[in-house]
Amino acid sequence: MTLTEKILARASGKTHVRPGDNVWVNVDVLMTHDVCGPGTIGVFKREFGKNARIWDRKKVVIIPDHYIFTADAMSNRNVDILRDFANEQGIEYFYDVIDDPKGQWRFDTAKGNGQRQFGRNFSGVCHSTLAQKGHNRPGEILFGTDSHTCQSGAFNQFATGIGNTDAGFILGTGKLLIKVPETMRFLFDGALPRGVMAKDIILHLIGEIGFDGATYRAMQFEGPGVSSLSMDDRMTITNMAIEAGGKNGIFPCDQKTLDYVNARTAENGTKSTFEPAEIDADQSFIYDKTFDLSALEPTVACHPDPGVRKLAKELGHIALDRAYIGSCTGGKTSDFLAFAEVVRGKTVKIDTFGVPSTTLVLDELKATKWDGQSVWEILTSAGVRMTENPGCAACLGGPVDTFGRMNTPLKCISATNRNFPGRMGHKESQVFLASPYTVAASALTGKITDPREFLC
Amino acid sequence: MAKTITSKVFVVRDNIDTDQIIPAQYLALVPTIAEEYEKLGSYALIGLPDDQYPEKFVPEGTTKTPYQIIIAGRNFGCGSSREHAPIALGAAGVEAIVAESFARIFFRNSVATGELYPFDSPQRLCDIVKTGDEATLDLDNDRLTVNGTTYQLKPLGDVRPVIDAGGLFNYARKSGMIASAE
Repeated sequence: MTLTEKILARASGKTHVRPGDNVWVNVDVLMTHDVCGPGTIGVFKREFGKNARIWDRKKVVIIPDHYIFTADAMSNRNVDILRDFANEQGIEYFYDVIDDPKGQWRFDTAKGNGQRQFGRNFSGVCHSTLAQKGHNRPGEILFGTDSHTCQSGAFNQFATGIGNTDAGFILGTGKLLIKVPETMRFLFDGALPRGVMAKDIILHLIGEIGFDGATYRAMQFEGPGVSSLSMDDRMTITNMAIEAGGKNGIFPCDQKTLDYVNARTAENGTKSTFEPAEIDADQSFIYDKTFDLSALEPTVACHPDPGVRKLAKELGHIALDRAYIGSCTGGKTSDFLAFAEVVRGKTVKIDTFGVPSTTLVLDELKATKWDGQSVWEILTSAGVRMTENPGCAACLGGPVDTFGRMNTPLKCISATNRNFPGRMGHKESQVFLASPYTVAASALTGKITDPREFLC
Repeated sequence: MAKTITSKVFVVRDNIDTDQIIPAQYLALVPTIAEEYEKLGSYALIGLPDDQYPEKFVPEGTTKTPYQIIIAGRNFGCGSSREHAPIALGAAGVEAIVAESFARIFFRNSVATGELYPFDSPQRLCDIVKTGDEATLDLDNDRLTVNGTTYQLKPLGDVRPVIDAGGLFNYARKSGMIASAE
């Protein structure tokens, strides 16, 4: 069996499953956030009754992250709906925006996005939070009400996005009926050359198989090239499995995985036992191809979908209005360090926005010093507009006052994950997806630029 | 029970993602709150580019669409897992979508909510049919008739009774998989 099949078999109490089988799986973690959480709670109450209890208060993780730092009253209300439910059900893991469990969240427009407005429990983007707070464990089953839930597959976990109705069903039962997907294998050989990042790998693969090339399928990443990839790199890759239509993306578990997971579960006191899925000798795949990482170049997905693949060096004619770095895909500490490496000591030529994915990233950027200067200062002195309020921000547009949102038809190069029309705001705006290196180099020149011009 | 739907069709092309179906700025609306459900319907497909789709799907000042059937190309509903997408279409009055293919989560959410019937079509109907054409969808025989031609669609199979029942919970209750709500 493939990694996905092994995990689904174990979770459904079977010795063997095949692609196409429909199986009831026991859920290890259900994650929801402020955009889909209130609807999920609504489904749960409507279907199981007003006084119903959730199946397991330690297996539900609630992470407000989408529409937080906005004056939009309904969005603020939605965070309050999550808090009421977390209190009522005694949910153990709720990363609230404010500290007062009886309080109400209201964004202070006078402070705006320049100053931090969150309490000590807040974290930020849900997928990054799951990893950093020790909710990702090898061999487990994780569902989330967000399409980029597939990111957790970096940790050898079966993880996929679902809607409110399915999530409401899990809240009440702890189970879900799913179809075992066929698996596509992507074998990595070699190591990435200078100037090329994990983001370039996944953009290359999506271009290779097309925007719907993995629909209904699992994407399994294997091979000797995997060992050189950090956990951040692997998260960037699995995060975008959905951009090729994939049900999930998954890596094997190795020492890097174990070190990361054991450190995070110990630090946060989350469940520390798990059983990784190992690679079998008898795997069968519907697609199997080897990719030489050392041959990859900085890659861009052009407007209007993640499958429109070009090389950065071919796109020097495209003038840009804006650059953006942030999100689950591109807002990790390592992403900002790569970005800072390029813009250090220089000045960006176009409006450039930076949003740390979590409070931990924010703290690390302020604490990491290069020659006595923090990375945060390096970024802001290069002219990057950084917000101290982590979250999804303009990656998905959001309410009109969202930090970095495109409210006019602009062209933006972005380290985020999705570029369908209107994704980052105005429906006639255009988004080009690229690595933090490429976004940084393009921010310096105002046109799409191969970052190797700036890296020695 | 024989079931047919006769309506004008609205035609869209490939990769209609969830942001075009219901733009992110409207996601603060909670689908299980009745008035917010209605409001979601009024915004259905408002994210389509105006130059490619001059016809408004939901006419200005109304909350319902005159088109109960949508004809689409490949990968309809790709992008986000937001259930607001099939719900917005259902709330606007859409009963069925006939597409060359669907994105997985959208298809699943359509069935789980029971909001609409997602039919796969072997033919690329979005190249043949125009917005405003009158069509009849025969659900029992998986056929769409439009402009005098009948097209065979792929059967809905196991998901049909789930949608007929009004979604996952109603179906699960009917078949005794879960108990009734208090």
